[in-house]
Amino acid sequence: MSWRDKLGRLDTKYTPYVIIAPFFVVFGVFGLYPLLHTAWVSLHDWQLIDGDQGFVGLANYTALLADPNFWNALGNTISLFLLSTVPQLFAALGLAALLDRGLRGRAFWRAGVLLPNVISVAAVALVFAQLFGRDFGIVNALLGVVGIDPVDWRAQTWASHLAISSMVVWRWTGYNALIYLAAMQSVPKDLYESAMLDGASRRRVFWSITVPSIRPTILFTVIVSTIGGMQLFVEPQLFDPGGTATGTGGDDRQFQTLVMYLYEKGFRLFDAGYSSAVAWVLFMVVLVVAVVNFTVARRIASKG
Amino acid sequence: MFATRSKTGPLTYALLVVVLLASVFPLYYSFLIASKDNSALGDAVPSLVPGGNLFENLTRVFDTVDFWLAMQNSLVVAGTVAISNVVLGTLAGFAFARLRFRGGNALFLVVVGTSMVPTQLGVIPLYMLMSDLDWYGTLQAVIVPALIGAFSVFWMRQACEESVPHELIEAARMDGCSVLRTFWHVAFPAVRPQAAVMGMFTFMTAWNDFFWPLIVLDPNDSPTVQVALSTLASGYYTDYSLMLSGASLAVLPVVGIFLLLARQIVGGIMQGAVKG
Repeated sequence: MSWRDKLGRLDTKYTPYVIIAPFFVVFGVFGLYPLLHTAWVSLHDWQLIDGDQGFVGLANYTALLADPNFWNALGNTISLFLLSTVPQLFAALGLAALLDRGLRGRAFWRAGVLLPNVISVAAVALVFAQLFGRDFGIVNALLGVVGIDPVDWRAQTWASHLAISSMVVWRWTGYNALIYLAAMQSVPKDLYESAMLDGASRRRVFWSITVPSIRPTILFTVIVSTIGGMQLFVEPQLFDPGGTATGTGGDDRQFQTLVMYLYEKGFRLFDAGYSSAVAWVLFMVVLVVAVVNFTVARRIASKG
Repeated sequence: MFATRSKTGPLTYALLVVVLLASVFPLYYSFLIASKDNSALGDAVPSLVPGGNLFENLTRVFDTVDFWLAMQNSLVVAGTVAISNVVLGTLAGFAFARLRFRGGNALFLVVVGTSMVPTQLGVIPLYMLMSDLDWYGTLQAVIVPALIGAFSVFWMRQACEESVPHELIEAARMDGCSVLRTFWHVAFPAVRPQAAVMGMFTFMTAWNDFFWPLIVLDPNDSPTVQVALSTLASGYYTDYSLMLSGASLAVLPVVGIFLLLARQIVGGIMQGAVKG
C-alpha cells in the first residue's frame, strides 16, 4: 500500500472525530463541567472570592429550606411562570389558527408576529418598565381613560407579576405560534375535509382535529417554555430600575425569582456554596414542574 | 391553501392587524420616548407623535457610557461567535450527515441531548473557571463558551441531509479528495444558504445575550451593548429618554438583520419545529 493510500485511510477514519471534537470540548468544559461542579460547590462553605472554606455536607440545603427568601423566590417563580406560560401558549394556539387560514401576504404576517422575539430581553425589559411606570406610564394613562386609578406596578406583588408576565407573553407568543403553525400545516387535509362534510363547526374541528394532531408539538413547547419560564431573570431584574445593583426584585422582594436569588447570593453577597445549592434546587424544581406539565398537557391535548 | 380551511374574512385580518400593532408598538414607543425630553413624559395622556430631542438624547447616551466601545465589543463577540458556529457547526453537521464513522449516531444523540442541559445553572463554577483562567472582564470569556452550540450542529446536519447529494461526496472521494477538501469544495457550497441564515441567527442570539455577559464582564469597563444598557437603567433617578435611546440603538442592528432576512428566518423556525 502506498503512503498515499495509507494517509487516505487515516483521513477517512479519524477526520470525522476531529471535526466533531470542538463541540464536545466546548460543551464539556463550559457546559457539563460547571454544572457538575455546582453540585460539589453546593456541599461546601465556598466564598466566591476567598474560595473553599471547608466541606459542610448538606448544610447549605438545610439552610435553604429554612430561608423565607428562598420560599418567597420559589413562589414568585412559579407564579410568574404560570402567568406567562399559560396565556402565552393558548394565545399562540389561537394565533396559529388565524395564520393557518388562507392569507394574502403570508410572509408579512409571519414575520410580524415573530418580530418581538428578535428584540433583546434587556431592551424589552426597559421599554416595559416605562410602559408600566407609576407616574408617566402609558398603561396607567390608558387605565385612567376608563376611570381606573393608577396602579403602582412595582410595589404590589400581583401587579408586578402581571407586568413582568406581559413582557414574556409579548416576546414569545409569536414564536410559539409559528411552531404550532408549522405543525398544523402538516396535518393531513382529508381529516378536515371529512369533518367538514360531517358538518362540524370550525371551533369543533379545531379542538377535535387540529389540537390532537399537533400534540407532540404542544408538548414540546410546554417543556421548552417551562424550562425558560422557571429561569426568568432579565425581565424582573431590569423591571426594577435599581435592580441590577441589588437584585432583590423590589423593596420587599415582591418579584425576586430563583435565578435572581441565585445571582444575589452568588454575585452580590459572594456566597458561592449557598448560591450553588439554589441552582441545584432550581434544577430539581424545573424537572418536577416539567414532568407535571408534560402530564397535564398530554391530558388536555388528548381530550377533545 | 385549500378551500374548506380558508374562509378568510375581514375579521381574520382585523385580528391580525391588532396582533401586529401589539408586536410593533413597544418598539415604536421606545423610539418615541427616545425622541422626547424627559419633561414631556409627564403629560397626562402621552402624545404618540415623536419629539425633537432624538439627537440630544443619543448624545447623552454616548456621554454617559462608552456606547461606541460597547457596540464595538458586541460586534466582535457576535461576529466571532457567528463565524465560528458556521464553520464548526457545518463541519460537524457534515460529519454527522455524510461521513461514516463508528459511534456517529450515538454521538449525534449526545449532541441533541446536551440541549436539554440547563447550562445557565452552572454559572458559579463557570465564573470561577473564568477567574482561574484570568478571563474575567475579557471578551473571550463571553466568546469561547459560545463558539459552537448544539443548535448549530443540529441545524447544519439537517442542511447537509437536504442539500448535499451522497453521489457527489463519493465521486470526490473516488478522485482522491481528502475529507476536508471534499467538505470545502463539495459540501460547503451546497449548504451556503442555510449556513448564512444560521450565522445570522447565532449573531442575533449572541448580540442579545445578557445574563452571562452581565456576570463576567465589568459593567464599568468594557461590557457588551446589553450590559451597557443595564447601566443606563441603574441610576438613582430613572431617566427614561436616556434608557430608551440606548435601547433603541441596541435593537437597530438586529431589527435590520431581521427585516432583511425575515423570510428565511421565519422559514427556518417553521422548518425546525417538531412536526405534529
